[in-house]
Amino acid sequence: MKIIISFTFLLLLSCATSTQTQTQIQTTKSIFNPGKQIAFSREKGNCLACHEIENGEFPGNIGPTLKNLPTRFKNKQQLREQIWDATQFNPETSMPPFGKHKIISEDEIDQVVDYLWGLK
Amino acid sequence: MIVFQVLSNRLKHSRLIIKIALFDKLLLIIISYLMALPLYATPEQDQIAFRKHYQQRFPELKLMDYANGVYAIDDIARQSWLAIEEFPPYEAAIEQGKSLFNKPFANGKHYADCFPESLIKANKYPKWSKAQGEVVTLVKTINDCRSSQHESTLSYEKSDMVSLLAYLAFTSRGKPIDIVIPKNDPRALAAYEQGKAFYYQRHGQLNFSCATCHVQNAGKKLRSEILSASLGHTNNWPTYRLKWGEMGSLHRRFAECLTQIKAEPLPEQSIEFRNLEYFLSYMGNGIPISGPSTRK
Ligand code: HEC
Ligand code: HEC
Repeated sequence: MKIIISFTFLLLLSCATSTQTQTQIQTTKSIFNPGKQIAFSREKGNCLACHEIENGEFPGNIGPTLKNLPTRFKNKQQLREQIWDATQFNPETSMPPFGKHKIISEDEIDQVVDYLWGLK
Repeated sequence: MIVFQVLSNRLKHSRLIIKIALFDKLLLIIISYLMALPLYATPEQDQIAFRKHYQQRFPELKLMDYANGVYAIDDIARQSWLAIEEFPPYEAAIEQGKSLFNKPFANGKHYADCFPESLIKANKYPKWSKAQGEVVTLVKTINDCRSSQHESTLSYEKSDMVSLLAYLAFTSRGKPIDIVIPKNDPRALAAYEQGKAFYYQRHGQLNFSCATCHVQNAGKKLRSEILSASLGHTNNWPTYRLKWGEMGSLHRRFAECLTQIKAEPLPEQSIEFRNLEYFLSYMGNGIPISGPSTRK
């Protein structure tokens, strides 16, 4: 897996250098988007274990695809609460309480929220 | 949540222990209500509800198919599994187990002398022992036999124990699991209930119960891994896991699932794991022994 990740990483980097400045900025932004890194990392959010997310490899299918979240949640705060402790809304949920059980930090949750909010 | 608060307010003056016990009980009532297993059901009723859940989810499976774990439901993984089973990596363990089983103890007696039927029937374990007042697994019965013959007990992790298990599973292959919860000893039912409670409780930092993955999400993908049903979870042991690169026991797998969810893994043959095995094996009554096996 590590090899695959670093390979894609290299691939993305080489793409970034060979294209126009505009795309370069966008690609670089998505690579170094801290919220995305936290969501994708197995040691941190590992959201891909259960959710399909744009550009995420080998996602699980336990939870719904994470996209268009502004149509699902009134505001970022509500989305944050789902990630902080999903059992508040569904006691039977399979989703770990990332904030309540300190699986990732409060700052990291904010970064994940910022990242997810923009996904179409 | 409100219910919990009211409850804990009312209990403010009683001792903490009682509070926790009641809180746990209330939680369990709610959980089992949600998970379709009635709390005060008999083991027979539990078994019916447990199987019904999987029948609805996997209508094409027959009861005996569950002996093959995830390969009963994951077609792609089944192909590579069948290829490995052509030259099974557990064969050496069966051979080694056989010679260990037949080797005399220092006093000239054999394992066979400990058991009325001369060979242990793996499909009858774990068993409730009225005399010992606890659940006796196959592993424990091997060590109890050794102790009674003044031999040292075998370490659970070492290959001798696992090889003996492989041989005993092999000689019981195809025999349906046959677990009894004797009605004449309430402690047996209590042990079963404890195993069941452990199965449905959430554990660890990631807050999963065994049922979260193996009941609620059986057949779904966790990353690229398809989750097996718990029906038949005790049938295929010991197993040669490619990930371990060696044979290992059911309790080692329990511990690994706990570690995955960042819970404290319990030691093999702890009372909790033995009771859990008792509950799971009872759920699987009638499914044939398929151990030893290979797993990813
Ligand atoms: C082990 C499974 C699992 C993991 C890991 C997981 N989730 Fe979930 N998630 C679910 C399930 C199941 C739901 C469906 C609603 C429910 O049961 O709470 C859900 C729902 C959601 C929703 C609501 C989506 C909607 O459209 O209603 C969001 C947002 C979400 N998850 C974000 C995340 C983020 C962010 C992470 C990682 C930091 C994550 N999830 C990790 C299982 C998981
Ligand atoms: C986060 C998800 C998750 C949780 C929680 C979990 N497991 Fe597992 N378990 C797995 C995965 C993934 C596998 C490997 C694929 C399979 O066979 O399901 C597995 C495999 C197993 C196996 C081996 C099955 C076989 O055929 O070899 C057993 C037995 C088992 N789990 C029991 C348990 C028990 C008991 C618990 C609770 C203490 C538990 N699991 C909790 C994910 C989980």
